[in-house]
Order: sequence, then C-alpha cells, then structure tokens
Amino acid sequence: MPLTTTLKVYDHDETPPGTWPVFRVMDEDGSLREPKVGQSYIDTHAPTLDKAHAIKMFRTMARLSQMDHIFLNAQRQGRISFYMSSQGEEAVHIGSSTALDLKDTIFAQYRETGVLMWRGFTMDQFADQCFSNKGDLGKGRQMPVHYGSRALNWHTISSPLTTQLPQAAGAAMAMKLKAKREGKDRSDGVAVCYFGDGAASEGDFHAAMNFAATLETPVIFFCRNNGFAISTPVKDQYRGDGIVSRAKGYGMYGIRVDGNDLFAVHAATAKAKEIALSENRPVLLETMSYRVGHHSTSDDSTRYRSTDEIKKWTEEDNPIDRFQRYCEGRGWLDDEMVAQIMDEERMKVLQALEKAEKKGPPDLSTLFDDIYKEKTPELVRQEEALLEHVAKYPEKYQGGGH
Amino acid sequence: MNLFTAVNEGMRQAMKTDDTAITFGEDVAFGGVFRCSVGLREEFGADRVFNTPLCEQGIAGFGIGYAAMGGTAIAEIQFGDYIFPAFDQLVNEAAKFRYRSGGQWDCGGLTVRTPVGAVGHGGHYHSQSPEAYFTHTPGIKVVMPRGPIDAKGLLLASIRDPNPVVFMEPKVLYRAAVEDVPEGDYEVELGKGEIMRPGSDVTVVGWGGQLKVLEKACDLAASSGIECELIDLKTLSPWDVEIVASSVMKTGRLVVSHEAPVTGGFAGEIVSKIQEECFLSMEAPAKRVCGQDTPFPLVFEKFYVPDELKNFEAIKEVVGY
Repeated sequence: MPLTTTLKVYDHDETPPGTWPVFRVMDEDGSLREPKVGQSYIDTHAPTLDKAHAIKMFRTMARLSQMDHIFLNAQRQGRISFYMSSQGEEAVHIGSSTALDLKDTIFAQYRETGVLMWRGFTMDQFADQCFSNKGDLGKGRQMPVHYGSRALNWHTISSPLTTQLPQAAGAAMAMKLKAKREGKDRSDGVAVCYFGDGAASEGDFHAAMNFAATLETPVIFFCRNNGFAISTPVKDQYRGDGIVSRAKGYGMYGIRVDGNDLFAVHAATAKAKEIALSENRPVLLETMSYRVGHHSTSDDSTRYRSTDEIKKWTEEDNPIDRFQRYCEGRGWLDDEMVAQIMDEERMKVLQALEKAEKKGPPDLSTLFDDIYKEKTPELVRQEEALLEHVAKYPEKYQGGGH
Repeated sequence: MNLFTAVNEGMRQAMKTDDTAITFGEDVAFGGVFRCSVGLREEFGADRVFNTPLCEQGIAGFGIGYAAMGGTAIAEIQFGDYIFPAFDQLVNEAAKFRYRSGGQWDCGGLTVRTPVGAVGHGGHYHSQSPEAYFTHTPGIKVVMPRGPIDAKGLLLASIRDPNPVVFMEPKVLYRAAVEDVPEGDYEVELGKGEIMRPGSDVTVVGWGGQLKVLEKACDLAASSGIECELIDLKTLSPWDVEIVASSVMKTGRLVVSHEAPVTGGFAGEIVSKIQEECFLSMEAPAKRVCGQDTPFPLVFEKFYVPDELKNFEAIKEVVGY
C-alpha cells in the first residue's frame, strides 16, 4: 500500500484514486519520515510531547507487553481460564488513547487492552477481572479480558462481535442531543468504537455505518486491521480495498493509518475526533498492523501462518521497538532505562497477579443481582431454592466460584 | 380512543415528561405505518422523532447505545415478524448489558415497540407472535396490552421502567379496539395481571389480542352454565404467578391460550409452573389452546388460530374431566 505523510481525512466525495494510502510519520527505525514533515507533525500535533510524556507512553506499552506475556503464561499454568493478548498492536492502543479523554465514551471489541490501561484501569483491576474474583468490577460474570469501567467511560466488552458498533452510533446520538439541550454547538466527547477486520463482515457493521452517517452522529469507527480473524486472513474476509474504502459508499469520512506508528495513529485519531465533534459526522479510521500473538489462548496460529512471518513482524516492524528507537534518538531512553522499565512493569504485573489469585470469588449472593434493576419474585424464589440446595450439600459447592 | 392513538398518547406523554426521550424506527417520521407516531415529529422536532435506515439490528443496537448513555429510547420495529435481525442485539446485548457489567452500565431506558399477531390476511410474515423467544431471556421484560387503556398505561410504565422492555402491540386492535382512555399521565404496573371477569369453575389465562377471543369463549361457556375466571397477564416476563395460582387454587382448572405455536410457547411455562404450585388443588389436567405447530398459514388462518370455539371446547373438557 502507498504511504503518505499527509494527514488527510477524506470525505466521501473526495476519496483517493486507487488504493487508499497509509498515513505514516515515523519509519521502522524510529526516524521521522521526511524529517521536515515529521517534525512539523510533532510540533503541530504533539507540542507537549516531552520526555516525561514519551516515557509514560513507552512505559504503558511495556506494561501491556509484560502483562500479555505473564497472563498468557498464567493461562498455560491453569491459573486463569483464558486470555487474549495485544502483541503487535500496542501502538494502535497508545496512539489512539492518547488522543482521547475520559469524556469520550469507548466501545471496544476485546483486543484494546492498552486503551483501557492508558485511561487508568489499574493492574489490580485487570488481574481481578481475569481471575473473576471479588475485586472484579464485573462480579466474576464474564470470561477474562471482558473488562468494563463506568468510571473510565468504557462500556463493558461482550463476546459477540460487532454488536458494539450500532450501540456506539446510538451513544454518540445521546451525546449530540445532550449538547443541543445544553445549548452547546458540539458535544463534550465522541463515541469511539474499536473493532477488527473480521468484525467488519458482520451485519452490524453495515447497520452502524449507515445509521451513524444518515443520523449524523459524532463517532469514530476505529478498525484495527491486523490481518486475521482467528485463522481467517483478510483475503478470505473481503475483496475490496480493506475497510476504510467503504467510507465512500456510506457517505462518511475515512483515513487509513500505519498502526505500528504511534505518532500517526495519535494524529489521525485526534483529527478524526475534531471532525466528528465539529461536524457531527462519523469517521471510519483503519489502522494497518499485524496480530503478532495468537487469537487467544485457545488458538495456535502456527497452524495457519508461518513462524517466519510472525518473526518478521516481531523483529522488523515492532511498534514498541519503533517508538523506543524514536525515544532513543531523542536521548530520552537507552538500553539500561528500557531494561529497568521492563523490569519494573514486570514486577507490577506479577504482584497484581499474585494478589488477585488470593482474593477468592465474589459472594454467591451476587448471582441473582443486576439481571433486572430489582430482583423479580421468581428470581427471589430461585435464589432461596439454590441456597437451600447448597446448604444440603456444602462439600460439593465449597469454595464458591468455578 | 383506539389502540394506536393510545400508544401515540403514551409516547407523547413520555416525551413531554422526559426531554431525553426519542422515538425512532422505519417510517416513524411521517407517523408510522400504523400511525402510532403521528404528530410527534411536529410536536417534538426532528431531533427526537426520526426515521432510521431500514435495518432492525441497527434500530435495536442504536437504541441500546442511546439508553446506555442515560437516554430514553423508544424504538419501533415495524412488524414483530421482522424483529429477528435484532434478536442478537436484544438477547445478547440489551438483556445482559447490566449483568455483564456488574451493575456498572445498563440500557434500561430502552423500550422496543412492535406490532404482533394475526389480522386475517397477514400470512407467514405479518402475523406472528414472537413473545416466547423473549420470555426465555433473563434481563428483558415482555409486555402485551389487551386494549387502549392498558396500552397507554403499560407503555408509559415500560418506557419508564429501568430495564429494557419488548412491548408487543396486538395490531388487530390498533383500530378495532376503542375504550375510554384517561387523559394525562398514568401507568399500569408491570408484572401484575388482572382478573377481567371472576368465576369459580375454570381459570382461563391469556394476553394481548387473544383476550377478545377468550371473552367470547367465556360467554359461550357462561351460556352452558360454566363460570370462567378470565385473567389478563399483561406482562409475560416477569409474569404474575400469584394471580394465576390463587385463581387455580379456587377453580382447580386451567386453560391457557395464545396465538403462537403451542410447542415451546409461553403457555407451557404457565401450565408447568401452576402444576408445581397448585397440584393438589387441580381437578383436571391443564389445557393449552394455542396456534398449530405450522408456519402461519395465509389461506387457512381460521383453522390455525385458537378461536373461541376451540377454547370453548377446551373449557368444557377441563370442567367435565
């Protein structure tokens, strides 16, 4: 795909001829592409980018990467039941989340852990959710990685793919109308909806694009094109020019971005947000990256792709390395600091894991809560019957969950 | 006032009292194909009453997202027969939204209105009664009014209920049923049934448009000297077990009737529950009088539907057992 250093979000009536170009600022070696343009990008879009901010971003990616590594192993050891890693997509997460704030409401798929991490979800909260323990905000009700946080304006993840897309369009409508009621000409935030290239084949994708475009809602549809839906490569998923090219047909804005370039993702997200807010229109944003990890802990991706291919992406085009090299070039990071950060983050993850493992399951009394706002008479009856049964065979049900 | 006007009044009242309330769906802007939203756009503006693209899963998903942000979403699915593209959004998303978040998020502001039931010429795809698909899903409420007064009161209660509600409107009654509907704001409580006519010989249970049929069947029974206690459930999930169980304790007999196919229908749930609660009081096996296990047949509709004669026969059978 052609690369461009021009940050342009195309409207539907001015789309590029041929293949949509990929917006990139920073090359694999961490150098700013066409330094003049690259530096002017930094000056324009990240004037506050200083050492502290850069290191915070790097540290978050490091934590995410350590967490993925350690939680994957914890699953293999049988300590947690399931896990999904973000390897290869760290720059997509940190690049986009740094362009958003807590007033933006997030609908995620499941592989956007770094976005939630940047918003402030703590290591304990991640670990508690994966262990379904009494600290889990979701009360142990969903499989690992289905995080949710009202405080961080992050809608709870659900397993069915793409259902979050039309919901994001509706949430954006709520924000738009609220602003109107308050006499404001733009809403406080946008809805941002993440999904994968496979999810874009579902009917809900079409529903969401068409609703958001016709009803004019401030939403960013953020497609993480990472090449795979479990084992299915994109060539079996679509025949057109990726996902972003569909923006034209829906009458939307669109932009394609190098997902391994943290700066490019950040700039594109910021620009998409500005357009969505100022025009009350949706933007389709497609990041191009590669899912380095397996789909989930239930998957072995070497059965459908070569280890050489994975190795190439890990070693030659690794989003964390790319940003690290940029920071090294600025004199903000060196090998010693990187090793130290990695070590510190590894320890934080390990500590959270050990703590979470000891907390134990939520109280059984929560089983019948939150189905409806109030328990129905039938639920009260079922709860009583269950507790009576459990009391009869305490040894069978000891220990609470699982 | 007829039923579509009562629904219209209910929505008007809801929108007057809640400035986050919006009404949307296919053809809603001009008043809806059944005229339920007529005049609302003029009164509340195009921001709050609008057409959506023709896409039921989009309507449901959009409404969930709107409600998740604290708004009140009144969505219309133009026919109950076309609600199935929205099934995933309603069953996997709306119903579990609160539970899966540990109570952090909910979409309780969502109400999905949809017309259901036979009209005499609807065939497979304009006649179905899909309530049992939804009663099988914890997390959503299912409501069906039998006439205009309840339509307005139950609709207002559904819109204001802090849980997602599927509100099914018997479309045969939109114009046919006329009642003296109270002005202004009132709610009919969800989860409560009503004894429409008291009787001591047999309990007859139904909901929605089927109650017109059951009233006729009860009249026929009365002329044969059988006193039926006729109960309107109004809400199917959660349903009023108490009102039916107390009645059956008294009468010892139960007939449940609905238009949807008998196998897997909601009558099975009622009969099963009542035999658990009332076994020793029962004088006869409970009887279901429902649609056949066929797709809804256009030309043979009168043979398919559980009409007053089929109900009359069932009533006589359980009474004479």
